[in-house]
Amino acid sequence: MIWESVVQPFYDFSFMRRALLGCIAISVGATPIGVFLMLRRMSLTGDAMAHAILPGAAVGYLVAGLSLGAMTIGGLIAGIAVALLSGFVTRVTALREDTSLASFYLISLALGVLIVSTRGSNVDLMHVLFGTVLALDDTALILLCSITSLSVLTLATLFRPLVLECVDPQFLRSVSRLSAVTHFTFLVLVVLNLVGGFHALGTLMVVGIIILPAAAARFWLASIGGLIVAAISLAMLSSLIGLLLSYHYSLPSGPAIILVAGLAYGMSLLFGPLGGLVWQALSRQHFESRKVDLP
Amino acid sequence: MTNRRILLRCVAAVVALSLSGPVVSQATEPTRVVATFSILGDMAERIGGKHLAITTLVGPGGDAHVYQPTPAAARAVSEAEVLIVNGLEFEGWLDRLINASDFNGMRVVATEGVEPIAFEDDKDEHTEIKHHDDHGDEHAEDEHHDSHGDEHAHRHDGAFDPHAWMNLGNAIMYVDNITAALAQANPDNTATFYENRDAYVAEIQSLDAEIQKLMSGLPESRRTVVTSHDAFQYFGRNYGLTFLAPQGLSTDSEASAQDVARLIEQMRVESISAVFVENIADSRLLQQIANETGATIGGTLYPGALSGPDGSAPTYLDMMRHNATTLAQALGS
Repeated sequence: MIWESVVQPFYDFSFMRRALLGCIAISVGATPIGVFLMLRRMSLTGDAMAHAILPGAAVGYLVAGLSLGAMTIGGLIAGIAVALLSGFVTRVTALREDTSLASFYLISLALGVLIVSTRGSNVDLMHVLFGTVLALDDTALILLCSITSLSVLTLATLFRPLVLECVDPQFLRSVSRLSAVTHFTFLVLVVLNLVGGFHALGTLMVVGIIILPAAAARFWLASIGGLIVAAISLAMLSSLIGLLLSYHYSLPSGPAIILVAGLAYGMSLLFGPLGGLVWQALSRQHFESRKVDLP
Repeated sequence: MTNRRILLRCVAAVVALSLSGPVVSQATEPTRVVATFSILGDMAERIGGKHLAITTLVGPGGDAHVYQPTPAAARAVSEAEVLIVNGLEFEGWLDRLINASDFNGMRVVATEGVEPIAFEDDKDEHTEIKHHDDHGDEHAEDEHHDSHGDEHAHRHDGAFDPHAWMNLGNAIMYVDNITAALAQANPDNTATFYENRDAYVAEIQSLDAEIQKLMSGLPESRRTVVTSHDAFQYFGRNYGLTFLAPQGLSTDSEASAQDVARLIEQMRVESISAVFVENIADSRLLQQIANETGATIGGTLYPGALSGPDGSAPTYLDMMRHNATTLAQALGS
């Protein structure tokens, strides 16, 4: 029974194995980024950057067709340009990071839509940008796994300064020159993971697998290592369940995966031991009943 | 005071212009025709020739399923005397465009009178396919019969398959509908239109016979074809081929893992080796399916958009001929 419904699909079809491998790569690489985004209150930055890579990918597509390389490089350039420009403006002028990032990503997004629309292309580009996890070929998988490895190695190297940036950026800035380096490297990692992920899940869906598991993990564990491990496990589990749902109930794969992650977030929100709503309600009741008992 | 007078004069001038406009155009200018996509534009061109000024909204290589109208399109529609549409809910964006552009010309539905293939029929075919599966080795599939209805919920937008032009017999009806409308809109050239129509229909019929001959030579075991999206049902019925697709009827829908798995399974069971990409659809998924089943990509088919003038399908007849020869080559080899 379990064999037939859980293992059999992956045993029978290589596209399922590839989809799962792609999702695991994204889970391992991108979810820790999501944890740091959450801790730095930059969750929406991920979404903004996902839009920012659109014109680069569009130009790459128009130049070289459905070439993985061209779209990846284009997306990287556009994403990093937006990240660097907004970072530069934040550090040099009075504008805050959120405002400058929003400005640049909106410019970038408009540019992307303009490019897509003026060149009425053979294949609807938005469709291309939505990617499909069922169509991962060898090069896409190699790209995804390389990005994950690079991302994990970089995170390991920059772990201490990154954590410090999360807890006390002022302190890090005062004791080390690594602050700016850390910040920009982190932004580059965000872009890298988004670009890798959009081949599998599309630019918009990939943000879901970055942010949702991290947010869900927050209700279970408090330590940063624990958060990362929990988030990665949740992301992998969501990918597996999402793919199986897509297989058994004929649902589109990308949304299925993200919705399972969303469900995990919802359950954590309710039942998570760290600030979950049910636990909050229970402890309040407990507190009130004690108050009643007192007199 | 003077301002108001100037304004009034302007209004009067505009009204006069707009009133005199059509009268002048009927005498000297060609009839302004808007066709929603390249195939209809090509047909109108063949029938009307130089007596028409044709604007095609979704040009060669464009995908009419997901078209986003531009202001230029709205302007073309508002100025059009004849608007040629496919119907059968193919152009989902059309009603909004017509409302927005206050079009008040004649609207021709090219599929008028065509016997549409309903999706219920499509479903029966799929059920039949399922039986094939069950005869195979995969018993695990049995459990998933119930979910079959769900699959259809996301596969189509309307009740009928809109790709009716893929049957050359239907194309004659398209041509007749368009000719009648043009004759009504431009009565001076009715004779020319009907002459062109007769020549065109003769060409269509001879191509139909040609393709019929080409397809009848194919062995019974090699009559199943896989394409990106489900656009070839009319073609398949006409020539006795079965078309399967991972993506639904619109290029807009996303394939589910189950759709893909079912297709691969069927390809394995029936040893289908002919897979074709389309000029308007994303080919990555199909490539993946071909890799998995060891099938080869047999070529590019043109389901609903002509190629540019340099491509292999610049006109409707070229498109049908190209599709037929590409299919016959891959299936016959």
